[in-house]
Amino acid sequence: MDPIILSRLQFALATIVHFLYVPLTIGLSFYIAIMETRYVRTGDEMYKTQAKFWGKIFLINFVLGVVTGIALEFQFGTNWAIYSKYVGDIFGSLLAIEATMAFFLESTFIAVWAFGWDRVSKKTHLAAIWLVAFAGTISALWILLANGFMQHPVGYEIKDGVARLSSFWAVLTNPYGWLMYFHTVCGAFILTSFLVMGVSAWHLYFNQSKEFFLASFKLASTLAVIFTLASFVFGHQLGQATNRYQPAKMAAMEAVWDTEPDTPMYLLTLPKFTNEPGNLIQALPVPGALSFLATNSFHSTIKGLNDFPADERPLVWPVFLSFRLMITLGTAFIVIAIISAIISKMVASLGWGLWVYILLIPLPYLTLQLGWLVTELGRQPWIVYGMLRTADAGSPPVDWYQVLITLLAMAAIYGLISVSGFVLMIKAAIKGPDKLDEHYA
Amino acid sequence: MEFEWLQVVWFVLWGVLWGVYFLLDGFDFGVSMLLPVLGAASERERTAMYKATGPFWDGNEVWLITAGGVTFAAFPLAYAVLFSSLYTALLILLFCLILRGVTFELRFQWDNPWYRLTCDGLGVLASFVAPLLLGVAFSNLFRGLPLQFDPARDFFMYQGNILNLLHPYCLLGGVLFVVMFVYHGALYLAWRVDGDLRKKSFYMAKLVYPLFLLLFLLYVALTFFWTDHFIEPYLASPFLFAIPVLCAVLFLSSGYNTYVKNSAGRAALASCGGILTFTLCGVMGMFPNLIPSRLDFANSSLNLANASSSNLTLGIMLAVAVVFVPTVIGYQIWAHRKLSWTVKADY
Repeated sequence: MDPIILSRLQFALATIVHFLYVPLTIGLSFYIAIMETRYVRTGDEMYKTQAKFWGKIFLINFVLGVVTGIALEFQFGTNWAIYSKYVGDIFGSLLAIEATMAFFLESTFIAVWAFGWDRVSKKTHLAAIWLVAFAGTISALWILLANGFMQHPVGYEIKDGVARLSSFWAVLTNPYGWLMYFHTVCGAFILTSFLVMGVSAWHLYFNQSKEFFLASFKLASTLAVIFTLASFVFGHQLGQATNRYQPAKMAAMEAVWDTEPDTPMYLLTLPKFTNEPGNLIQALPVPGALSFLATNSFHSTIKGLNDFPADERPLVWPVFLSFRLMITLGTAFIVIAIISAIISKMVASLGWGLWVYILLIPLPYLTLQLGWLVTELGRQPWIVYGMLRTADAGSPPVDWYQVLITLLAMAAIYGLISVSGFVLMIKAAIKGPDKLDEHYA
Repeated sequence: MEFEWLQVVWFVLWGVLWGVYFLLDGFDFGVSMLLPVLGAASERERTAMYKATGPFWDGNEVWLITAGGVTFAAFPLAYAVLFSSLYTALLILLFCLILRGVTFELRFQWDNPWYRLTCDGLGVLASFVAPLLLGVAFSNLFRGLPLQFDPARDFFMYQGNILNLLHPYCLLGGVLFVVMFVYHGALYLAWRVDGDLRKKSFYMAKLVYPLFLLLFLLYVALTFFWTDHFIEPYLASPFLFAIPVLCAVLFLSSGYNTYVKNSAGRAALASCGGILTFTLCGVMGMFPNLIPSRLDFANSSLNLANASSSNLTLGIMLAVAVVFVPTVIGYQIWAHRKLSWTVKADY
């Protein structure tokens, strides 16, 4: 068996599971910080309970994010040794800076927050959760600048057979990294606000803590409107950047094979599962639409996959389907968010309609994962776009059976902790704010 | 061998980061390993033990992430060779760290004795295996890995399998880490809790200290027998002998505070210094190598000259470290002061 395939599966497992927890960590910390700010300003105990109730879910989610993150940092060295050797000068330093600037802040102040309700002043306690929220977004920035380098390498020179940093400024201002950052953080807030709306809908449906969950729902629906719209804007910008810097990914996202001016967008498309040229279904063209979306001009030319050598094309069908589904869901979220914000005051009277919100909770999770599938599968066959192939980036001393064993072990452990984690989060969510117990006192 | 001052600075910082990680996570490794001994009698005492380390284990582990990140950033080739060579051992270590963290937090989310017992069991096992592996891994570095540079692959290939890591010297290193952290954790616990649990853990520290000292001396003696080049940096720069001397003084003063002064806090502080200097002794013994090869020391070792990042990267990272590491130390000390209340084990 090919150790590269197994290592890719292992990395996919590690990142996908890690990213089940990351968005909620980023979004919910801000949500809690806003609620606690209201508490400190008004003295209204309800807002303190808000912070505590959502904080309980946050802490379970947070620990799972932390531990799955530890594994990620070491996987570059264990499974991708040639990659690490090749780009460590740039990529490694971004990870080290992320740890120094963000992880310490996050881990120290979440402890102050969780254990400090009666041990530090109200204002210090509030500052702690704001620092956690701030650290989450700082962490996201560094890791996405690192990933941005893999998508669109900048600020380096090849010296002695490896990439060496030549301009830190160029790495810091990588447009691709920044757009991914904004788009991802928006996604994190969308996921958070839909989760908060869903949990609130559950309690409103069962008529529990009505005032409390109406307040939750109101803030969440407002955040949902802001961030679904912002995500759309940044996603569009990111798409255009993809067309500029990663044309093969763009072609795969839209399953474009032939290079032609005024490139149409086919509303109905199904690529072949064999990755051979041409699509199984290609119907309902909107003339020039793809050119316009990608470049702001109806008459530009989008480079089709036929103009890339076969060994430089990503696997089209998963990239295409993930992208279409992400766009569809993302667009639906905008509509749902706007409606939710309008009806947020009378949402309790929806009755059975509240179940829509409960059932919606998993969809942003799916959408964010799809976005990452587009980003990472669309980059293939490169591990660093145009620079280093994934097939050449593995660990020479590691045999396939070693990876197979650790992959299975990881699947078992991640399965175990994720099932436990989600069950406990659901339990905490259903229990509600009336029966909060104090584990951290 | 030619190398630059920035590389030397990062070499020392690399050692310091690992040392700080060991001295901090050593507390919660030790407390967890003591759970089945000191917490066997009552859930109340077990809860107290978790509470003593609860606010800190995560912040402690970030030092590991930083040490790993710095290895990646400052010495990418050493990171690549070390982690791929020790593949299976390293993944077991990661799984242990994952299970520890999860069980620490999730244990309290469900009040069911069997569930809590499972969490405790997994956490204790993971907290035992992790320091054992770390001790074995570092001893293997001191001894040298079986590395051979392969020009065809342009990579330093590990010649052997996971069993080659289990040389008696390296196993002793693993056991030493475990016993050292048990002592260290017992002192920490005695400092943080009160009542019977405090007495029991302090008694445990007194019980373990002679064993620790014995293993420590044996390990130092065997280091001279079973490593080929370890003493060379010390002979080349005799001022380095200050580190092992300081290490001995700190560990002895820890014992003095344990037995004579009966002060767990001071003894723990001294053992912090002991662990830090002990790590530095080990790391400096490899200088200027990061991973010595025991097959072909001259040509297949990873050192400052062949494994370092560019001066630009090292410089930027130094600037970041100069600003942020003291800041981190500052707010972590502040948080420790705020959150180190005396945990009541018997109400």
